[in-house]
Amino acid sequence: MAKKEYAFYPGCSSQKGASASNYLTSVESMCKTLDVKLTEIPDWNCCGASIGYAEAGELPRHVMNARNFALSEQHLPGQEIVATCAACWLGARETRERLTHSDTLMADTREALKEAGLQIKEMPEIRHMVEVLIEDLGFEEMAKHVVRPLEGVKIAGYVGCQTNRPFGVAGESFENPMYLDKMVEMVGAEAIPEYDMKVTCCGGALAFSEPEKAQAQIKDIVESAYDHGAEMIVTPCPLCQANVEIYQGQINQRYGTKFNIPVMYYSQLMVVAYGGSAKDAALNGQVIKARRLEEIAAKPVKR
Amino acid sequence: MSANTAVAEKYRNNFLKEIEEQVEMGDWVKMCMQCGVCSGSCPTNFQSAWEHPPQELFMMIRAGKREEVLTSSSMWNCTSCYNCIVRCPRKLPITHIMHGIAEYAHRLGMAPKLQPTRFFSGLFWKNATKTGRVNELKLSMGLYFKDGLGAGIKEGMKMKDVALGLMKAKRLNPFEIIKGHACKDQKGIQAMLKKAYEIERSRKAAKVAG
Amino acid sequence: MADIKVAAYICKGCGLGERLDTDALVKIAQKDGKVPMAKSHDFLCSADGVAMIRNDIDNEGVTHIMIGACSRRAKTEAFYFPSNAVARANLREGVIWIRPDTEEARETTQEMAEDYIRMGCAEVKAMTAPGGNPNTGSSKTLLVVGGGVTGMTTAIEASKTGYPVVLVEKTGELGGMAGKLYKRIPVHEPFKSPADTGVADLIAQVMGDSNIKVYLNATVAKTDGAPGRFVVDIATESGATHTEDIGAIVQASGFTLYDMNKLPELGGGQSPNVVDQLGLESLARAAAAGDGVIRRPSDNQPVKSVVFVQCAGQRDPTGTHLAYCSGTCCNTSIKQAMYFKDANPSVDTTIIYTDLRTPGNGEDFYRSAQEKGVIFTKGKVAQVVPNGAGSTVKFHDLILDDTEAAMADVDLVVLATGQVPNSGVDIFAAPKESEEGAVEVKPISILNLNYRQGPDVPQLKQGFTDSHFICFPYETRRTGIYTAGPVRRPMDIAQAREDATGAALKAIQALENAELGRAAHPRSGDLSFPKVRLEGCTQCKRCTVECPFGAIDEDEKRFPVFNESRCRRCGTCMGACPVRVISFENYSVNTVGAQVKAVDIPDEFSEKPRILILACENDAYPALDMAGMNRNEYSAFVRVIPIRCLGSVNTIWVTDALNAGYDGVMMMGCKHGDEYQCHFVKGSELGRVRMSKIDDTLKTLNLESERVRDLEVAITDIERVPEMINKYAAELVAVGPSPFKGF
Repeated sequence: MAKKEYAFYPGCSSQKGASASNYLTSVESMCKTLDVKLTEIPDWNCCGASIGYAEAGELPRHVMNARNFALSEQHLPGQEIVATCAACWLGARETRERLTHSDTLMADTREALKEAGLQIKEMPEIRHMVEVLIEDLGFEEMAKHVVRPLEGVKIAGYVGCQTNRPFGVAGESFENPMYLDKMVEMVGAEAIPEYDMKVTCCGGALAFSEPEKAQAQIKDIVESAYDHGAEMIVTPCPLCQANVEIYQGQINQRYGTKFNIPVMYYSQLMVVAYGGSAKDAALNGQVIKARRLEEIAAKPVKR
Repeated sequence: MSANTAVAEKYRNNFLKEIEEQVEMGDWVKMCMQCGVCSGSCPTNFQSAWEHPPQELFMMIRAGKREEVLTSSSMWNCTSCYNCIVRCPRKLPITHIMHGIAEYAHRLGMAPKLQPTRFFSGLFWKNATKTGRVNELKLSMGLYFKDGLGAGIKEGMKMKDVALGLMKAKRLNPFEIIKGHACKDQKGIQAMLKKAYEIERSRKAAKVAG
Repeated sequence: MADIKVAAYICKGCGLGERLDTDALVKIAQKDGKVPMAKSHDFLCSADGVAMIRNDIDNEGVTHIMIGACSRRAKTEAFYFPSNAVARANLREGVIWIRPDTEEARETTQEMAEDYIRMGCAEVKAMTAPGGNPNTGSSKTLLVVGGGVTGMTTAIEASKTGYPVVLVEKTGELGGMAGKLYKRIPVHEPFKSPADTGVADLIAQVMGDSNIKVYLNATVAKTDGAPGRFVVDIATESGATHTEDIGAIVQASGFTLYDMNKLPELGGGQSPNVVDQLGLESLARAAAAGDGVIRRPSDNQPVKSVVFVQCAGQRDPTGTHLAYCSGTCCNTSIKQAMYFKDANPSVDTTIIYTDLRTPGNGEDFYRSAQEKGVIFTKGKVAQVVPNGAGSTVKFHDLILDDTEAAMADVDLVVLATGQVPNSGVDIFAAPKESEEGAVEVKPISILNLNYRQGPDVPQLKQGFTDSHFICFPYETRRTGIYTAGPVRRPMDIAQAREDATGAALKAIQALENAELGRAAHPRSGDLSFPKVRLEGCTQCKRCTVECPFGAIDEDEKRFPVFNESRCRRCGTCMGACPVRVISFENYSVNTVGAQVKAVDIPDEFSEKPRILILACENDAYPALDMAGMNRNEYSAFVRVIPIRCLGSVNTIWVTDALNAGYDGVMMMGCKHGDEYQCHFVKGSELGRVRMSKIDDTLKTLNLESERVRDLEVAITDIERVPEMINKYAAELVAVGPSPFKGF
């Protein structure tokens, strides 16, 4: 039996061929090493994300998340739901809070769920993967598996918004959370705790609808990473990862900068440090290649 | 009588009450103490200045400036970063209020027609709820082609390098245009959402009537 | 004078024995200090050390004691010899703790210690043990002037503590301003709604207390005497005068609302539908007595919309109206808006404010008003235009930056005008030139003090009664007379009740100390008091005019009459006296002058300058001590003498020092002016005025102006004071040695 088991909510962006498919691949490798078993919630649906607000209204948005709760309860009873995506986690957690605090909303939700033949009895716990790593396993446990420390690599920990606000990881401040820096150090790399853009917004969905506004934000985030001597950026959020990575070319055109900094998931760093291959860590999924990590991943493991 | 004029008549001279009853988290608006921390914490207000930052919108609501608030493009600049929420000393759920006002303006048909985030927001929700899961390719294409075929190709060309990069990294699948990811029980999802909309509408209508 | 026997004791504890040659110090006391009975002890403040001193007092007839150990601010309980004259040489905080423990510093450190021993011996010989004021009174009755919440609370608290009270109220009923309110700002959880004023209960307590004698329709016609022995004439409506013996006085004369007729642009006096906060209270009381609906004064129609205008005639930078914030009106408007909302939520209530200031738990109250639907608009009201029964309120919306914002058809406008203290006659006001035809309304005195300096307690710039705001908030500049409540500063009922309790306790302290012939504050327990050699007095009146506390009256021949119980022992009279006939038993022109002269001045070739520091004992001296505790080093060339106040400094000390060959003099006193920090209010200011004339002296002596430095030092200047000293020492090197050395 695995050390830990969870109901898994991968979210739309983590699907095969979607923008965060590399996140999923690396999480799977990481969980294998850590002996964490993730069971996908059957037929899960989109969380609605915050950007759906114009059409979503209140109840339909919560009903979408409640459907996932009901499916999880039905198929994976007693298991906590774990999301890797910041938006999925936030959306689900927000629904959980609202339904818990409003009997009317709960009753309305139950009524709507009936139409899909579903029901909720107990409200599930909603966890983000980093919460599982920090709280359920702990840094000590995570560090035990490091066999190929990322020595000398300087990494800016970009926490972003939605894993940090409004809920955040317990014990961390909204203005200067430290867990990502600790994870960077845990894999043997060099953290930059004073990186001043670590909780700055990447522009979120405005990267699609109003790119110039989002890219102004992204420029600050990348620029500050360079100013602090970072070789790469690491993040726990799929939209942060995509926004900060894939628009660097456009930002270079717009602002005359020469950005070309890889943006990684924490799980990718861990997989490489745990001795995994470039493929295990889905390094091929980078638009801006993380050459330094690829080199390390090619080295033999020190056992 | 249009939806807008009906509610406008009902809440005559009391826009604040209208917001309280019709907008998600709208009953928090009266609790703002006008400190301005939200406006100072907002990334897009900081970068390019909203027409009316949250603090101002709240003041306008209290001052009964209905038309100006609901037709404003301001709320649509929200990136859902939640900075305002965690910093508000009065603990107003400002992000949600912004979304709520935007949704209400959209519902009444008063939101600015050409606001790109308004368009994208609606597109996203439809995209996500159609099959239960987001189809990223169709979502992007839908956005680029919102102003017609020619403009769409132009917009798409601007993003060509971005798309190619993603495709090479196997993070954008061109075949999604034909068959993308989807939930199995799409029928159930549709029925469930239909019911949810019904309930929500009737609750809001009851307040207008009451 | 009886024979004196002096003994000197040098402590070797706390590192003194290691850092200093204490045997040499004993010899210095004997040889230079001329104290044959000089000893050292390993641990002087220990039971054994104290017993040694005690034994010398009891068996050897020692009357005067010089202790060379720690600062006079330390170990005061161990070295407590009340029947002896005691001087302390500060070898610990003042020498070894501010000097580096190095071989090269050893010589100058030792010299410093030796000088302090010389100074201590010289000082103690010039002293006598203070005997206490014999001219005391023993009345334990408290006079309370004013029958509002503050006055009643003072009376109740004092009575509960066991002191009889005489309460004088000028109107026909108790209750004051609070008695006119419908309800008050809440002071208990959950701070959500207006609460009962509690005035009826206070009145019942006062009237039911046989220990409190109440005079209604009465005023204070005359106040004579001093703490412990005030004689107060109380004039009543019938024309009869009652005389009471009083120990201490609490003045709780309250406030009046700023006159809204001075604000015609805000509709004040222009329409019955524009009222001040008191006007709204009476409307609310009328409503409560009737059907609960607040009605518009002009036509008795129910009020459907009301606008509160905050800061009306307040926080005015132009000087036309009140310059200050009254601190209570925001909470009051919130409360009054709730009068409407609690009765009928559909009444439109808007509070227009620039900064909402809700101290205490007012934040919860504010939130509650928001929950009840009171609209808060951040704006500055420019104009209230009454037209017919309604009014238009024109304002600048400060959030939307809309200068044309307006609210029309407002049924009632409430102007939040501020609190104006009822503080009586401003005794230091320059006489105003009356304008042609203008009727000058002179303020009526509250206390009618039969004091040389005038009939009421001194006021601050804005008319509130003067007090040392930080350290002694209730103390006025008349000892034994305390002010409490809004006459002291703007405040609400909750604050006034706290104030009243504090003032009652301070007044009790004052009358008890007065009976014992000692000071109540700031030199609490001090038995010394000024003595004057009248045969030398020139009747110049400087002491009677300058005493910050009005303690000194004048007799028919214009000689000063010292009322010892009114004295705070600052020594401002002593500093003022040109013929130096005023002194204290343990602090005088001689005690300081002898120290100045006792210092060994090296010759001009030694490169060892000497700087005299006269340091205020309340701020500068503790700051220097704390610099020592923090081991912040400063120059070994300074010699510090604590003084009671800059106001006590007699210029002769400075002249003597310069004549003796000191290279410089640093005067360290407290901040003066409107934001003074001087414990004696005017002492540092008067001292500085006198010192401003020192330039003439310097010119006469043909000395550079750099030789005397006047410095402001606060008790917190622990880092700064050593820097100031070192900087000045360096500057004096550039000026060169004093030409007076070696004479």
